[in-house]
Amino acid sequence: MDLFDKFTSILETKARLPFEDGNPFTLCLDEVISQTEAIVNGRRTILAGTNNYLGLTFHPDCIAAAKSALDTQGTGTTGSRVLNGTYAGHLELEKTLAEFYGTEHAMVFSTGYQANLGMISTLCGSDDFILIDADSHASIYDGCKMGNATIIRFKHNDAADLDKRLRRIDPKAGRLVVLEGLYSMLGDIAPLRELVAVAKSHGASVLVDEAHSLGVFGATGRGVTQETGLEDQVDFIVGTFSKSVGTIGGFCVGNHPKFEVLRYVCRPYLFTASLPPSVVASAIQAIKIMGSSPDLKDKLWRNAQQLHDGLTKLGFELGAPVSPISAVIIRDQADAMRFWGALLKAGVYVNLAFPPATPAGVYLLRCSLSAAHTAEQIDTMLEKFAAVRDATLSETPLSDADAKTSLGQPTRDVAAATG
Amino acid sequence: MQVDIKNLSEEQIFEEVLKQLAPFNKKGIAITRETSFSTHLDFDSLTVMDLLAAIEDHFDITVPLNILPDLERVGQVSEAVHKIIRG
Repeated sequence: MDLFDKFTSILETKARLPFEDGNPFTLCLDEVISQTEAIVNGRRTILAGTNNYLGLTFHPDCIAAAKSALDTQGTGTTGSRVLNGTYAGHLELEKTLAEFYGTEHAMVFSTGYQANLGMISTLCGSDDFILIDADSHASIYDGCKMGNATIIRFKHNDAADLDKRLRRIDPKAGRLVVLEGLYSMLGDIAPLRELVAVAKSHGASVLVDEAHSLGVFGATGRGVTQETGLEDQVDFIVGTFSKSVGTIGGFCVGNHPKFEVLRYVCRPYLFTASLPPSVVASAIQAIKIMGSSPDLKDKLWRNAQQLHDGLTKLGFELGAPVSPISAVIIRDQADAMRFWGALLKAGVYVNLAFPPATPAGVYLLRCSLSAAHTAEQIDTMLEKFAAVRDATLSETPLSDADAKTSLGQPTRDVAAATG
Repeated sequence: MQVDIKNLSEEQIFEEVLKQLAPFNKKGIAITRETSFSTHLDFDSLTVMDLLAAIEDHFDITVPLNILPDLERVGQVSEAVHKIIRG
């Protein structure tokens, strides 16, 4: 038995997909020109799917801080936070985060994925329950799989469904409700007021993942939790540096009096190398800029409104009301692939997303905007969307049976991920 | 709709599971205990999770996602539900 036999159906499905205009899974940005442009397959291309919400990847202060740290502290720490990998910069970054959020504690991880993995798997033990939204990010599902708690899934953004499921659990058990501020695929905002009210009425703890909402929502950019006035009720906020902060890394902030014990028990924190000094330095700068530059957030939202209005006017079906993520829904997989490839050829890169990353039967051309996009670039995106649709979409979509054979679908990976 | 579940036999639970499965059975195939979600019904893991949610609400019970990897065939679902109800 070859170990790779289990992937045969994936390879067969892939072979049937139309890849004539490029393979979304192996796309390469040959040369990055700016936050919003790159050379792809020899063509100058507008990047409209980078999660670079505030455009800080090229901010001169972030670059200067990273260069200085690189020159003085070297390329990496070569160690875990609990061995030789905690530098003054890591502590300064944690202090910067705690000040930004106004919390007692902040803990930095090496990626956002590891922050969810670590917090979820560590907070809940075998006698505890974790309640997760059906549309949760893979890092949340994987955090559940890594721990020993009982996992319960509730209907996406449905407070009544969460309430029903919490009622079935022993109220004496430890319970953690895991939510996201802005859901990354469809771009829909969680009704946090209702969901948190339900969780608190049952005495459950709440963790909110603000990966896509940090720097995007709230008066000072602290996310949907801040925007909805719930910061005194949410126990843990998890986030990432790989979107609005413009580099890589993850974190969790909170006020629990025993928070710091996590540094001794959280395996994805303990058993991996810490962030390189240059990354730490640019993250510190970016968080400071984020907190003091509301104009970036305002520009991002103006851009979001322009794209959302434009796509709506063109008659596209969008996944959610206006947000920096505009997800164009295509109901047929082959159409979605052709559309994506033709857009790329026309000089516009967006994300192509399939189930199980998206809900069943939903294929997305997912755009995420940046404060760095110009109004002209967004006009160009809209022109290309219109032109490509007229040239690409078939009048009669493929049958249901054909559409079902997607790359992600026939696997049991999400099932396994929650076991 | 909730049913008086305490006295249900495993066989009766299987009948109830069939009713919950019906709306998901888009191919309209005949279901037995041996019917496989992935091979016969073409369900992806998301669909199996949605089916479990419907079953949870029907019986007013908790079916943890932890047991998902053990639920490959329809009969395994009614057995698992029977076990959960019995405690």
